[in-house]
Amino acid sequence: MSLTTGLQETVDAFQAMAEQDRLELLLEFADELPELPARYAEHPDLLERVAECQSPVFLFVEVDDAVHVHATAPAESPTTRGFASILAQGLEGATVEQALAVPDDMPRLLGLDRVVSPLRLRGMAGMLGRIQRQVRERSA
Amino acid sequence: MTEAEARFADYAAPERLVSTDWVAAHLDDPDVVIVESDEDVLLYEVGHIPGAVKIDWHTDLNDPVVRDYVAPEAFAKLLGEKGIGRDTTVVLYGDKSNWWATYALWVFALYGHDATKIMDGGRDKWIAEGRELTREPAGRAAVDYPVVPRDDSTLRAFRDDVLAHLGKPLLDVRSPEEFSGERTTAPAYPEEGALRAGHIPSASNVPWAKAVNDDGTFRSRAELEALYLDGAGLRDADDVIAYCRIGERSSHSWFVLTHLLGLPKVRNYDGSWMEWGSLVGVPIVTGSESGGVPAR
Repeated sequence: MSLTTGLQETVDAFQAMAEQDRLELLLEFADELPELPARYAEHPDLLERVAECQSPVFLFVEVDDAVHVHATAPAESPTTRGFASILAQGLEGATVEQALAVPDDMPRLLGLDRVVSPLRLRGMAGMLGRIQRQVRERSA
Repeated sequence: MTEAEARFADYAAPERLVSTDWVAAHLDDPDVVIVESDEDVLLYEVGHIPGAVKIDWHTDLNDPVVRDYVAPEAFAKLLGEKGIGRDTTVVLYGDKSNWWATYALWVFALYGHDATKIMDGGRDKWIAEGRELTREPAGRAAVDYPVVPRDDSTLRAFRDDVLAHLGKPLLDVRSPEEFSGERTTAPAYPEEGALRAGHIPSASNVPWAKAVNDDGTFRSRAELEALYLDGAGLRDADDVIAYCRIGERSSHSWFVLTHLLGLPKVRNYDGSWMEWGSLVGVPIVTGSESGGVPAR
């Protein structure tokens, strides 16, 4: 079990900050969630709903030479957008092996338990699990 | 009198509601603190009413260790840091038709902080009207808030209170699917927690969101009376307990029954289905009928 380089950098960045400031970093990630590529924006049926999240979040994984994660979540759900953005950016360009090696308790490493609450972190773990399942399906 | 004020005048306690216009005119009022309370812990950071402070239902109002609300010392520290004094008028608003704002208001009420109001329509109405939002955190000076005891006996019901209450009006404000036992959480929310699905025997079902219009404002007094007094049979009810999954949706209904309809005694069972649906040995009912009171 190990993190991708991108996720390790994100974890380090969160851990280096005072607990209260970590929310601001999460907000930056929420602001940065990339728009869906047009081919998915026009085909919402291709996207998988993450039932573990309280707000509607959808994602789709592409695997070619590397893994690419696309996700969308509403503006009224910035926490969910932040989580999706961390995973999409942190897994971008990873190999299948690297993406599957990310431990399922990775969200806990961000140190957000007290400022976000464990309940809300569960949604992120659900997202990661679905991403890894899609990676397995599309690389089989 | 504005149109909104005329509408509020029909309610049992008109002073509990303010309009977005009123809030816009009181942004610089030193005796008023605006509080945003949302489901999403980051929504305030995305943009809030200028000068509004944030109180989060999960990280601020719930004790991190005990399943309970924060203790008197923590409540006093929280409000003091937000610049709220014991006599300060607090106007609450938030997302999802003020779902979480009414939850915060109910916790304030447990601590006897009664100078509280809801901004009708909440965050969505403010935004829909194109009013100003800011990402600038509110810089209110901290004040001293006294450590006061929490009264858990008047507005709050515990499981033994509910057991003793069976046969008196009991209101389940969850979705029909949760009430009948098809699921333990609201549709579109994750399944979690309770070991049994269904409802407390004899409870009637009025999903909380029926109390609001499409724009998030509360329905008229006449519509609310048709819904709760006639529909759910609470017309002469002098003792009502409301519950949902963890007591947040039911604090919205508690607000409606107490302050808009003026029922004399309404308690919120915050243990709600997460507790009742996992308690050993208590009766439950499945299906869409209320079900009778079991012999004990």
